[in-house]
Amino acid sequence: MSMKLVYFAWVRERIGKTDEEVSLPSDVATVADLVTWLKGRGEEYEYAFENEGIVRAAVDHVHVRPNASIHGAREIAFFPPITGG
Amino acid sequence: MKAAPTIRIQSEDFNVERETAAIRGQGADVGAIVTFTGLCRSEDDRLAALEIEHYPGMAEAEVTRIVGQATQRWPLLGVTAIHRNGKIQAGENIVLVIVASSHRQAAFAAAGFLMDWLKSFAPFWKREHHADGTVGEWVEPKASDEVAVRSWDGAPYAQEHQSPSRRPLRGAPEGLTSHQSRIKLEGTS
Repeated sequence: MSMKLVYFAWVRERIGKTDEEVSLPSDVATVADLVTWLKGRGEEYEYAFENEGIVRAAVDHVHVRPNASIHGAREIAFFPPITGG
Repeated sequence: MKAAPTIRIQSEDFNVERETAAIRGQGADVGAIVTFTGLCRSEDDRLAALEIEHYPGMAEAEVTRIVGQATQRWPLLGVTAIHRNGKIQAGENIVLVIVASSHRQAAFAAAGFLMDWLKSFAPFWKREHHADGTVGEWVEPKASDEVAVRSWDGAPYAQEHQSPSRRPLRGAPEGLTSHQSRIKLEGTS
């Protein structure tokens, strides 16, 4: 399963890239699984997700919770709590 | 709402008078217009500017969803939501929300709802640039923003859009299921 990941604000800075294409093993089924998988890729990801409760996610431009399925997703975003307005 | 809402994400400033005039022209039923403009504060000259990062594509989609929720809740005749991105100097405009309705209650309520939800769900992030030239930290959300957005009933998350019936019932008695209460009753007899 291949998909695009995008990062914003301090999540982007900690990981050190704005976006990337990843090829995921089939047992990565939810947003939480994806976070666990990313944390195994290197210390920059561990740093970005060191407090998992803080980082938010969106699947194909819609906010989701960690238990959301990523099956069929084209683009998954990770970002800090929003400070718009 | 007959007229399509005006929703824009842009780096350039907006003209409040021009946008208000446009919404005023949405028909003779317009009896109330509430206009909210959010500005970049200088915080007693500590701040020179705010840098606003956004998620292109999702920002437009999320603002459109939030405006859609407002038009479902209140009888609105027009909505304009404009949010700037990029570097914004102290004193400049950041966000504009204009709501038109026949009566003031709907216009005030919808404008409040729109701003509370934009602050917590429209994907924008602010970073401070200090007056002494240093770049500060990313701004953290205020606890009061969280309280404000929770004061409105609503669901910004994907699963809840699709199946609201699966959410736990608010106000259901905690601790005792019907099965447990039956056992308890049997135990006391």
